[in-house]
Amino acid sequence: MIRIDHISKRFKKLQVLDNISVVFEKGQVISLIGPNGSGKTTLIKSILGMVKPNTGKIFVNEQIIDNDPGYRKIIGYMPQIGRYPDNMKIGQLFSMLKQIRKTETSQTDEELIKKFELEKIFEKPMRTLSGGTRQKVSAAIAFLFDPAILILDEPTAGLDPLASEILKEKIIAEKKKNKLILITSHILSDLDEITTHVMYMQEGKMQFIKDMGTLQEETGELRLGKAIARIMKGDIINSEWIDKMFEPKNDEKIY
Amino acid sequence: MLKLSRYVLYDILRSKIVIAYTIFLFVVSLSMFQMEDNSSKAMLSLLNIVLIVLPLVSLVFTTIHYYNSYEFIELMSSQPMSRTRILLSEYAGVAISLLSAFFIGVGIPVLLFAPNEIGFALLFSGVSLTLVFTSIAFYAAVVARDKARGIGFALLLWFYFALIYDSLVLLILFSFSDYPLEKITLLLSALNPIDLGRIFIMLKMDISALMGYTGALYKDFFGSGTGILFTTGIMLLWIILPLWLAVRKFRKKDL
Repeated sequence: MIRIDHISKRFKKLQVLDNISVVFEKGQVISLIGPNGSGKTTLIKSILGMVKPNTGKIFVNEQIIDNDPGYRKIIGYMPQIGRYPDNMKIGQLFSMLKQIRKTETSQTDEELIKKFELEKIFEKPMRTLSGGTRQKVSAAIAFLFDPAILILDEPTAGLDPLASEILKEKIIAEKKKNKLILITSHILSDLDEITTHVMYMQEGKMQFIKDMGTLQEETGELRLGKAIARIMKGDIINSEWIDKMFEPKNDEKIY
Repeated sequence: MLKLSRYVLYDILRSKIVIAYTIFLFVVSLSMFQMEDNSSKAMLSLLNIVLIVLPLVSLVFTTIHYYNSYEFIELMSSQPMSRTRILLSEYAGVAISLLSAFFIGVGIPVLLFAPNEIGFALLFSGVSLTLVFTSIAFYAAVVARDKARGIGFALLLWFYFALIYDSLVLLILFSFSDYPLEKITLLLSALNPIDLGRIFIMLKMDISALMGYTGALYKDFFGSGTGILFTTGIMLLWIILPLWLAVRKFRKKDL
């Protein structure tokens, strides 16, 4: 579904993406893992056409990404930080997106809107929302048009345990519909039940992409976090990052 | 394209800044007409406010709006929408809201108290200047990466057009006062939209007689049909050129 062909991106002196080639197929749930600044978000943004790679090509459904924005119809994107116009109401945001895509309400997937109980606050202006609620809005937008490709950038960061559980269930449900789902996250425990493949990036390079079975076999670990840790054990540069990842964060490890 | 603009417009019209700006313009215009018995004098005072305040507010408001909407613009660019369409929609939204503020704040008082040729010239200049400086601000905002730099750049442009440019012209006129400079001053005025707006209004007033030979030449030129065409054309150029540059830059930009 998505074919990335030798793309490189350089921001001034910093090589953010270094000659990455990879193919993602239908039915896969790919966890993009790597330390901060390893190029995960840039890779995602390149697929969405927000960042223009210096060299290389990206194909979505065998169609090369250029200036025609039509290919984004089948992509749902949830950004890391969602900020919306201050005075726009939540309900308006949804109706605007439907108008832009010329989609009727009957054709949209409003499950998340209902489960997150966003309808109750449809009249609230965006500026009054908390970070977590905005994140819920972003998630609902990503799933709204029942897209064949879902790209989720740190989806569970900032969500409360209940909401994060709802989102995970939704992702699993979409996975069963044979969609392609790309997730980046630093909370590896969240990815455990969802992911089918792991793509590990570091300093703009793709270190490996493996399916969970192979990964578990190679490392002898069932949990994704431990498996990744095992792989990186010998590697001193990475160990610091892995340690950090296992430190319990403020609210994310409660459940 | 109007779909997105409508929501941008809706958002901005509810912002406190635009409401305050409208009230400010309205109070100032109304008090000018109330204080001066001669509506012509009031127009002259109003002219100075229009020439100074309008460009400043357009520049600063537009730049701030652009940076505040950055994440929203990002989200829009993940939708099946071309970059050109996104930027032009934003431009239309901002420009229409600033124009409505101008129409309510200055337009209504002028139509009430001085519905004559000078009044319409003032409205024409106000509308053009708003559009021109919104356009310039979009260019500044797209080019500069961070907010501080963008606003700084916008302010610098305002200083240049509103204050520095006139002193430069004066300097040239004084140093070359032995030469016939009428045609050159005509050309110089076209290089600054604020000057162009000022001359356009002044010549509708009687005070142009005070400007001597140059004034006579101006009157001869700007008073004629070609002059009006020339002014409109140059103003249009000032609107389109920065906007076109902004769109061109925005299309290639990494978000």
